[in-house]
Amino acid sequence: MLLIPCPWCGPREDDEFTFGGEADIPRPTDPDALTDEEWADYLFMRDNRRGRHREQWCHTAGCRRWFIVERDTATNQILGASTYDASP
Amino acid sequence: MQFYSLPNLIRRGLRGHRDWTPAWRKAEPKPAYDVVIVGAGGHGLATAYYLAKLHGITNVAVLERGWLGGGNIGRNTAIVRSNYLWDASAHIYEFSLKLWEGLSQELNYNVMFSQRGLLNIAHSEQEMRDLARRVSANQLNGIDAELLSNDEMSKLVPILNTSPDTRYPVLGGTLQRRGGVARHDAVAWGYARAADALGVDIVENCEVTGIRTADGRVTSLETTRGEIRAGAVGLVVAGNASVLASMAGIRLPIQSHPLQALVTEPLKPIFDPVVMSSAVHVYVHQTDRGELVLGAGIDAPVSYDLNGNFRIIEHVLAAVCELFPIFSRVRMLRQWAGTVDVCPDASPIISGTPIKGLFMNCGWGTGGFKATPGSGWVFAHTLAHQEPHPLNEPFALDRFTTGALIDEHGAAAVAH
Repeated sequence: MLLIPCPWCGPREDDEFTFGGEADIPRPTDPDALTDEEWADYLFMRDNRRGRHREQWCHTAGCRRWFIVERDTATNQILGASTYDASP
Repeated sequence: MQFYSLPNLIRRGLRGHRDWTPAWRKAEPKPAYDVVIVGAGGHGLATAYYLAKLHGITNVAVLERGWLGGGNIGRNTAIVRSNYLWDASAHIYEFSLKLWEGLSQELNYNVMFSQRGLLNIAHSEQEMRDLARRVSANQLNGIDAELLSNDEMSKLVPILNTSPDTRYPVLGGTLQRRGGVARHDAVAWGYARAADALGVDIVENCEVTGIRTADGRVTSLETTRGEIRAGAVGLVVAGNASVLASMAGIRLPIQSHPLQALVTEPLKPIFDPVVMSSAVHVYVHQTDRGELVLGAGIDAPVSYDLNGNFRIIEHVLAAVCELFPIFSRVRMLRQWAGTVDVCPDASPIISGTPIKGLFMNCGWGTGGFKATPGSGWVFAHTLAHQEPHPLNEPFALDRFTTGALIDEHGAAAVAH
């Protein structure tokens, strides 16, 4: 079990959250201008890092807000959490 | 290679079993090979075996970071079937199932392949319609598949709770009689022994730390046991596919997740077939030793952690006790997890890459075990000819660019 530090509600068990995949994948502003490779990269390709991983979580059964968690995927250690505003 | 047979067993038995030799050598890495395969799991070892056996390429190394067969080949729930929905999948899994049927003889190693039948059960009207569609698709592809009513299921597995007032009412299901289970460790050991006998070097405790290229072509691998030059490289590293691919600057459409399984104390023989339910995320069979082997669904977050979330176990046990009330007081012996490499379309990638000479066999996700012989066979062909066999052509990496996905979530998804 993970203890996810929601920036608004504090640490809560992971059952209350929905995992939203890798962070920092912005939706293309002009999808029509993308090549097939760029579109595939946006839709499907992931870093899938072993180690430090920035990812999105939603506190579905709590404040229902999305935020960013940094976690080590090799150990599951939570390294920090931030709101989108505070995120670099 | 010492041939395993009854006369040999008796002969050596009379001499006190003192002159058996190890099933494979502990090879030291040479400076260069024609083909280097990364990952001594089932798929990697099968690839090496078929390269040597069918394509005459014996200057081959299989590099393994840990120990042989320590990854997903030893962590799966050992289920074998071929009842996939789409043609591309049906063809490769059925090809694989046919190889399973002769594998123990082919390898001279008992992989304990047991075609005890495999049941998929449905809990809703929609699931029944989906299963009926899959049975028809299977039959069109020449794969044995039968649609069963609730009563027929009860006859086959009397301990299955098919009463209408359960939490997960059973409406019916499908049966693949040729499906079953195999001894997963023996598959790795059998392929290792047979490949070794043909001259393949299996190098354990040898982690790949870098992939060197020149002019868009792979030249060598940096490892913890020195640099190894290679004419061609096949990466067959399951959960770590993205990690290895990133060493060559390749991004993959793969996410790694823990997948858990667990096993109970041994019981007397109580049911024959493998029973799987996609809706409640459980699959269970009884081993020859009498233990129940239970498989669960993946943990949702991306992770390389080998513990897995306890909640998943709670979920799978609740479902099993609901389907099989008789199991409610059986004790669990142990639990474990493997790191599975899941593709967005739940189909594998068996393909070349933008780098010449570098090939990938990955993305098998939660269901690669059943494909071990076929996967190795087509990947050996791909490495030997530097182009795919018609069986694995649809499973190219560029399908994520062209859009020709093979969406097997309906047939594969969780239930493997």
